[in-house]
Amino acid sequence: MTFIFNLINGISLGSVYAIIALGYTMVYGIAKMLNFAHGDVIMIGAYVSYCATTYMGLNPLLSVVIAMVVCTALGIIIEGLAYKPLRKAPALAVLITAIGVSYFLQNSALLIWGSAPKNFSSIVSFDSISLAGGKLIITSESIVTVIACIVIMIALTLFIKKSKMGKAMRAVSEDKGAAELMGINVNLTISVTFAIGSALAAVAGVLLCSAYPILIPTTGSMPGIKAFTAAVFGGIGSIPGAMLGGILLGIIEIFGRAYISSELADAIVFAVLIVVLLVKPTGLLGKKINEKV
Amino acid sequence: MKNFKKVLAVAVAAVMMAACFASCNGEKQTGIRVGGIGPITGGAAIYGQAVKNAAEMAVEEINALDSDIKFDFKMEDDEHDAEKSVNAYNTLKDWGMQILMGTVTSGPCTAVSTETNADNIFTLTPSASSTDVIGGYKDEDGNTIERKDNVFQMCFSDPNQGTASAQYISEQKLATKVAVIYNNADNYSTGIYQKFDAEAKARNLEIVSVGTCTDETTDFKTQLNAAKQAGADLVFLPIYYTPASLILKQAKDIDYAPKFFGVDGMDGILTVENFDTSLAEGVMLLTPFSADAEDEKTQNFVKNYKEKYGDVPNQFAADAYDCMYALYELCKAQGITMDMTAEEINDKLCAQITADDFTFDGLTGTGMKWSESGEVSKAPMAVVIENGEYVGM
Repeated sequence: MTFIFNLINGISLGSVYAIIALGYTMVYGIAKMLNFAHGDVIMIGAYVSYCATTYMGLNPLLSVVIAMVVCTALGIIIEGLAYKPLRKAPALAVLITAIGVSYFLQNSALLIWGSAPKNFSSIVSFDSISLAGGKLIITSESIVTVIACIVIMIALTLFIKKSKMGKAMRAVSEDKGAAELMGINVNLTISVTFAIGSALAAVAGVLLCSAYPILIPTTGSMPGIKAFTAAVFGGIGSIPGAMLGGILLGIIEIFGRAYISSELADAIVFAVLIVVLLVKPTGLLGKKINEKV
Repeated sequence: MKNFKKVLAVAVAAVMMAACFASCNGEKQTGIRVGGIGPITGGAAIYGQAVKNAAEMAVEEINALDSDIKFDFKMEDDEHDAEKSVNAYNTLKDWGMQILMGTVTSGPCTAVSTETNADNIFTLTPSASSTDVIGGYKDEDGNTIERKDNVFQMCFSDPNQGTASAQYISEQKLATKVAVIYNNADNYSTGIYQKFDAEAKARNLEIVSVGTCTDETTDFKTQLNAAKQAGADLVFLPIYYTPASLILKQAKDIDYAPKFFGVDGMDGILTVENFDTSLAEGVMLLTPFSADAEDEKTQNFVKNYKEKYGDVPNQFAADAYDCMYALYELCKAQGITMDMTAEEINDKLCAQITADDFTFDGLTGTGMKWSESGEVSKAPMAVVIENGEYVGM
């Protein structure tokens, strides 16, 4: 029974990582850049939702929508101000800029909301499900997170496969120059990618803080790094890969904590990443690209 | 031209240095300079702010007394970070600090007390409870850690908190099977756990499950489930209130309702913004101070504090208030004046605080005495949270 409890707990934690990883992987897959500020957009999303419910007394679901709108706008602004001017710059410059944006967001949050922890009230209002005479309990947040994760993954996959914008995204991902020649607005496509990624970040932030209700300006950092690991683990650029990577990572972390050692849980997570990259450098579901020389 | 540039550079450097010297001691000294260091912002801000408020209040009261002893007090922020704490210490030293009242939390205090020990600045910490702060003990490998003989504590040391908690739980028959969740990345938490473990064994208190966490841990369901499966009816939490609030929520999520017993780090849980205080209902914590105590001293303190800052003082505020009054008594007994060097003051105060006939009556205890080890001796007590307030047990 403890095993199943831990498994469910792992899937639930992994689903949060998966939603965050979806944002990472989308931006990487299409814009070919690592947006390290993603974790901090999550934190901003959670703060916006917190303010909407606690200070303005709005409905929790409405607060999620507001958080998504704010984060979408934030994503577009960040992309426009920090990344667009560097479109032709080397990848390293963009990477360093992303780290800068990450610190900028963290410190802005510190300035606006202060550093004292805030207790996030869960947006999920129904009770946990109790099975096997109370021996096995599935928390309501787990259920919502897992469902949200699956819905988002399916919606994203459909969007990229079927819609016109999705097609444009795939084209930009394959060859920016050729896509531009075909009349695709590359800048717009990348902005839309950021917008979607940031809206997902808002959802992830709210779900993360519903399950673990302490909100501080660095709330997004560690989950952000772990989700990045998950994205690489699953094969960065692949949407099902991010989902698989996230959930596996959550399960590994919880099992590591339960059966090996709580101190080593994080170390095990990153050790797994190293092993996977050694054996399969493109990640579990990553595409193998043959470089022509 | 080359020479001109050199001359200019030297001139500019000279002006800058002069400006520095001028600004370093710009303020006029009006009393013995006492510095404070603590987390005014950050995850442990509740402690630092309480200490700052209460210390400032005490200094105001002391300076209004008809006495030769006057204090200049200045508090610097360290965000509960050892490196920033040492920076804050250096800032205070530049200001001309003669006595340090701090730092508030153990980790940073361990770093800063090493500095004050080297600089011979008398240090009285309100709430840094780790033995690393005062030194003078044998570690696990049997190495002797040198005593920092200028450092004293107003609060219980961690070993005392751990021992006292186990004592209290067994004497009050609160539980027979106990689980512990502690932060083994933190010397405060680990120190308390080790002594708790030893005392529990001596008292036949059965520890059925031990879970650990680190500063980054947010998911405690695994540890809580282990405690639940082991049938623990009390969970001992020698950790700070931020992770503790996560533990309380997750325990409820998995339908586990044991008694929770915390130590001084649990204090502040009720003040976390938007915290559902019903989660903390029935949580017990070991503390030397309870705001609802009926003696006149406590009542006055609570009343004045409420008027000034708008909330009920916690034990950190009481510790800091006691610290300032203890410093006042010490300085008075030794006739300290503000033109003495920090080193002179240190020698005199160290002799005074450990003197056989020196006792101090404060909010957190009466007849407090300090030994050469730097630890304070006073009686422990516990409070329980009822209807969102601390009530004496």
